[in-house]
Amino acid sequence: MIPSTLRLATPLGFAALGGIYSERAGVINLALEGMMLIGAFGYVIGTQASGSVWIGLLVGIGFALALALLHAVATVTFHADQIVTGVGINILALGITEYLLPTTEQVGGLPHWKLPFIGAYSFIVYLLPVLMVASHILLFKTPWGLRLRAAGESTEALAALSLSRAKWQYIGVLLSGIFAGIGGCFLASEVHYFTKGMTAGRGYLALAAVIFGNWRPLSGIAACFLFGFATALELANRWNIPGQLLNSLPYILTMVVLAGWVGTSRPPASLGKMQS
Amino acid sequence: MFASLLRNKESQAKHLFVSFIPSLLAIVGFFLLCGLVLQIRGQDPLEFYTIILVSGFASFDDFGYVLFNATPLIFTGLAVAIGYKSGLFNIGCEGQLYIAAFAAAWIGIHLNLPPFLLIPFCIGGAMIAGAGWGAIPGLLKARYGAHEVINTIMMNFIAFALMNYLVTSVYQEPGQMIPQTQQIHEAARLPRLASFLPVLPQSNPLNVSFLLACGCAVCCYIFLTYTRWGYELRLVGNARDAAAYGGINPGTVTIWVMALSGAIAGLAGVAEVMGYRHRFLDNFSSGWGFTGIAVALLGRNNPFGILAAAILFGSLNKVALDIEILLEVPRGLFLAGQGMLIIWLVSIESISRSSKD
Repeated sequence: MIPSTLRLATPLGFAALGGIYSERAGVINLALEGMMLIGAFGYVIGTQASGSVWIGLLVGIGFALALALLHAVATVTFHADQIVTGVGINILALGITEYLLPTTEQVGGLPHWKLPFIGAYSFIVYLLPVLMVASHILLFKTPWGLRLRAAGESTEALAALSLSRAKWQYIGVLLSGIFAGIGGCFLASEVHYFTKGMTAGRGYLALAAVIFGNWRPLSGIAACFLFGFATALELANRWNIPGQLLNSLPYILTMVVLAGWVGTSRPPASLGKMQS
Repeated sequence: MFASLLRNKESQAKHLFVSFIPSLLAIVGFFLLCGLVLQIRGQDPLEFYTIILVSGFASFDDFGYVLFNATPLIFTGLAVAIGYKSGLFNIGCEGQLYIAAFAAAWIGIHLNLPPFLLIPFCIGGAMIAGAGWGAIPGLLKARYGAHEVINTIMMNFIAFALMNYLVTSVYQEPGQMIPQTQQIHEAARLPRLASFLPVLPQSNPLNVSFLLACGCAVCCYIFLTYTRWGYELRLVGNARDAAAYGGINPGTVTIWVMALSGAIAGLAGVAEVMGYRHRFLDNFSSGWGFTGIAVALLGRNNPFGILAAAILFGSLNKVALDIEILLEVPRGLFLAGQGMLIIWLVSIESISRSSKD
């Protein structure tokens, strides 16, 4: 159960981390799904072309970053509707990957590190908790994080310090591309190939984790582990519970939290607001 | 006075035309992009453009397929637009149409009534199911301020899981491995137009649900333009505070608009189950709920614009199939183009709005 939970939660965790940076800077990011998908695609294409998984990883991140840039240009520079742009990017990613569908030839996976007491996992799995803690410190304990969050909370505060909101929003969205891209690369690296639409809604699930975790790295990634565990339970299926019920549990929980019935979930104050 | 009225009409027509300029630009951009990609592939873009012109319009049969493809998109486009007009974003059409399709199939299988009763029962049941699924996010928004976009996305995934469960464990057709229900009664099926129109071959799948879609567009137009509820809906979308000041409860409007939007999206499921497949098949929709967003955008949330946009997308779906066969261009090209089209449209729209201010 633990190994599959870790493997299922890691791609979610990276995408959620990306979502947190973007949404903390005030930009709604539905494009996580598309960024993950193109990241997975880039990993496979890059590895097939070069023979090196490291080049594959870079290509995957690069592709996701390109989509993130598109999202940032449309939403931050042109003030286009963030939700519609996100949906557009997801359709774009689905189309590009279907158009350039790589061969089914298997590719190598990212290296696994063997640690005492834990076992052997892809190094990406170990990277997640490190980045989670680092992101928490960065966002909540440094002036850098304060500014990024100010872009999502209070535009007046940024203006008073004569800082550019657009610059911080670009940073947030581009970071989300990098992290969602890594998540996608991990996904492809674990199964060694790419299939059409292989992210299968994981980007949206990551977004749910962001909300569930109240837009905070520690609780957001904890939510990813919870969601990953729910999926692992479904795969193990020992209690004869319909798998689909376990499958939809994360979505139901997110709705409950969002409605404020259990705990509270408060989005950044200026999330999605562009005109100012 | 008559002259001023005429001028007013003229300026209205001009205004309407101007509002469609971003759509026209985006469509031109879409075709240029596709042509460019074909040029890069070393194929002749002119051949591609010829196929576009010929594919959907060469014969009644071809055009029938175009309208058949357009039918669910008209419904989902209208559903998105109705929400959008009152400032709500219904990304949940996909889930709503599945729930409604299942309701239609369930009634069509379990009730044994003559067609003049069974057809309205099936359609009504489907609309109620879609409305219920849509009303939940509306209620959560009105009551708890929870964002409808997130909740409709969550409800989509819950609907997918629920459908998958029902169709693989409870209502699966006996003795079959395919995740689908058994067929609905003959009496619940909507006839094909080929049985009235001799110009269409019997194999053409265009059916009465297309007429239902056209009727729905007209009803939406009348509803939005001439009724009190339509006015309330638009007022809440344009000036929420003014609406509240004028005695309209925006929360109530939010709930019924989401329900209405869900009911209309549900009709796309009706078109599939009662008009075409005559059963519920898991995963039947190829993203109609999401394409509906593009259709609504392209049609400027105007019911007749949506009709035109849905027919355009219907023909694109057919073209995509043809270029895959004739030119060996994967249809992902069109999907990618559709994504770019959406991003362009919202960007152009936003730029033109800010330059006007």
